[in-house]
Amino acid sequence: MGESAEQMHPKKAFGWAARDSSGVLSPFNFSRRATGEKDVAFKVMYCGICHSDLHMLKNEWGTSTYPLVPGHEIVGVVTEVGSKVQKFKVGDKVGVGCMVGSCHSCDNCANNLENYCPKMVLTYGVKYYDGTTTYGGYSDKMVADEHFVVRIPDNLRLDGGAPLLCAGITVYSPLKYFGLDKPGMHVGVVGLGGLGHVAVKFAKAMGVKVSVISTSPNKKEEAIEHLGADSFLVSRNQDEMQAATSTLDGIIDTVSAPHPLLPLIGLLKTNGKLVLVGAPDKPPELPIFPLLMGRKIVAGSAIGGMKETQEMINFAAKHNISADIEVIPIDYVNTAMERLLKADVKYRFVIDIGNTLKSTSSI
Amino acid sequence: MAKSPEEEHPQKAFGWAARDNSGTLSPFNFSRRDTGEDDVTIKILYCGVCHSDLHTAKNEWGVTSYPVVPGHEIVGAVTAVGNNVNKFKVGDKVGVGVMVDSCKKCNSCHEGLENYCPQMILTYNSFSRDGTRTYGGYSDIVVVDQNYVLRFPENMPLDAGAPLLCAGITVYSPMVYYGMNQPGKHLGVAGLGGLGHVAVKIGKAFGLKVTVISTSPKKENEAIDRLGADSFLVSTDPAKVKAAMGTMDYIIDTIAAVHPLTPLLCLLNVNGKLVTVGLPEKPLELPIFPLVMGRRLIGGSNFGGIKETQEMLDFCAKHNITADIELIRIDEINKAMERLAKSDVRYRFVIDVGNSLSKVDQNAQASRLFYFAT
Repeated sequence: MGESAEQMHPKKAFGWAARDSSGVLSPFNFSRRATGEKDVAFKVMYCGICHSDLHMLKNEWGTSTYPLVPGHEIVGVVTEVGSKVQKFKVGDKVGVGCMVGSCHSCDNCANNLENYCPKMVLTYGVKYYDGTTTYGGYSDKMVADEHFVVRIPDNLRLDGGAPLLCAGITVYSPLKYFGLDKPGMHVGVVGLGGLGHVAVKFAKAMGVKVSVISTSPNKKEEAIEHLGADSFLVSRNQDEMQAATSTLDGIIDTVSAPHPLLPLIGLLKTNGKLVLVGAPDKPPELPIFPLLMGRKIVAGSAIGGMKETQEMINFAAKHNISADIEVIPIDYVNTAMERLLKADVKYRFVIDIGNTLKSTSSI
Repeated sequence: MAKSPEEEHPQKAFGWAARDNSGTLSPFNFSRRDTGEDDVTIKILYCGVCHSDLHTAKNEWGVTSYPVVPGHEIVGAVTAVGNNVNKFKVGDKVGVGVMVDSCKKCNSCHEGLENYCPQMILTYNSFSRDGTRTYGGYSDIVVVDQNYVLRFPENMPLDAGAPLLCAGITVYSPMVYYGMNQPGKHLGVAGLGGLGHVAVKIGKAFGLKVTVISTSPKKENEAIDRLGADSFLVSTDPAKVKAAMGTMDYIIDTIAAVHPLTPLLCLLNVNGKLVTVGLPEKPLELPIFPLVMGRRLIGGSNFGGIKETQEMLDFCAKHNITADIELIRIDEINKAMERLAKSDVRYRFVIDVGNSLSKVDQNAQASRLFYFAT
């Protein structure tokens, strides 16, 4: 009979897990491995709630195993480092994002693209090299290989910085890779949620003109007054969309619900690029004529490698960028999930782990 | 009242046109404008038969105005030049491809990308600046602004070179633009027809490893022995596709019919590029996961600008690349179209306009009278 989650490893750990695809989270005792030579152990202070956490909790992608401890926007303070760790010391502020392992021998790993390594290990819900299940950041402590830990600069707030570890890198990476970061360019951001609002901030900091494209007219004021977007297009308003034809060098599309691509492709200039970072579960239609007639591109992108994640964090610190968050205690998490489902949050929930996650030994 | 095609211009012209969406072509008298200051008048010797000609003749894209004279892979000899013409002289061998004009003022035009100019005028089935229809190369003469005429390389055979004017540039342009030309990399060519077979040849000339991806197993020997492809993949064989997953850096998708993209995307490596140059009648399904999980992209591309078309012709001449063709007479065009619809050609029909169009001329009057009498 397999060891229980509590007995698997030497260090006691405590978090909240879902036990089935209802996705309802509740207290969960488990364990973390001893700090290996290359490992960094840290006390978790905050963990962002990503929409992927919700997808995984409810097994919407069909890959979930239970019990599931989500959370891949994790920040905290180092408590122990292994003997071969060079980059971190006790007391450092650090973060872990979506991955905790990769093969280190393929071309992707060699090119700092661990996120595309076929053997990449996710922070939660999959098997680690030792055969044990990975558990995420809705928990009191983390142990991770130094390679997958980033430093959080002193001037970046921990709570607002946490969501950058997934939302931030997910939009930063394609802005850079697809060359949409040049001052004077005009980029569209579709969807104003966790990813979208950070995309607006990054793009503005890069000197790019930003148009937010959304189905909700009531987000306009926020987008322009608060986030600094240059304009706002209501995607269902045909006149507005028509007037903006062929104006954008690129679009970062963060929307995961199914939506038509044709109107977005129409907004692109010749050679324009539509980059999808949300993952709808049904394939949309790809209209070929407009793609050909303007030599346009539709591409995808998934998080980012470790080197660029650190680069992104440093960029955010330098430009005073952090996510707009609603800090919640751990026992609010199920309510937060219900609100997240209705996109009722501006713009990321962050769990105050350090102050509210307390082990109750009676469980 | 609008003038008839015969009367609207001063130079008599003769060709074959489709009158309705049966797509059946038959003799057609019309006219061409006088040789303007910037114009080159060309006696047409050969014209390639592009699948777009078939789509247009049958109005499969819903944008055809009849009568339509197709043909945008035109090769001929210059017979007259306008006063301002400095690039060509009488007797030169020249080509005309997919477009005959553009605005000349926008960024695309200034960057040698006239093909993306919003006011670009197609060689056929478009409106000229004077409001008259453009008629293509299934005809005896054509008059074109010198800026949209290509110089045919000395050592390139006219008949086998004609298809390069559309098929050639259509694959060459994206291969260069999307960086699908780094020696040693692996290119997949999906579809082995007019475009596909030229893509194989150009890919090999770029120093790429080339795999042909096709639904027809019987094309394998051709692909490898005759065209020089390195390997052949039957895309409807799931085991073979699985074994080849993640092995290609780029894919040129030349398939004109609706087809699934998932098997093609999965063949690509991380950061892989799939460029689609075929124009199916309906939108395709876009599989998101392979796109996102491997940072892959799907790009479109639409023939090419004039400068790069010239560059392509010179490149092909240097590497002895021409299309594999089946030469036909103009009166065989309808049969050729039927065969083309079934992909029964290796790999482009080319109409021997110079030798077969004029011969039918005498019968044209009689045919027309008969047509209107019945």
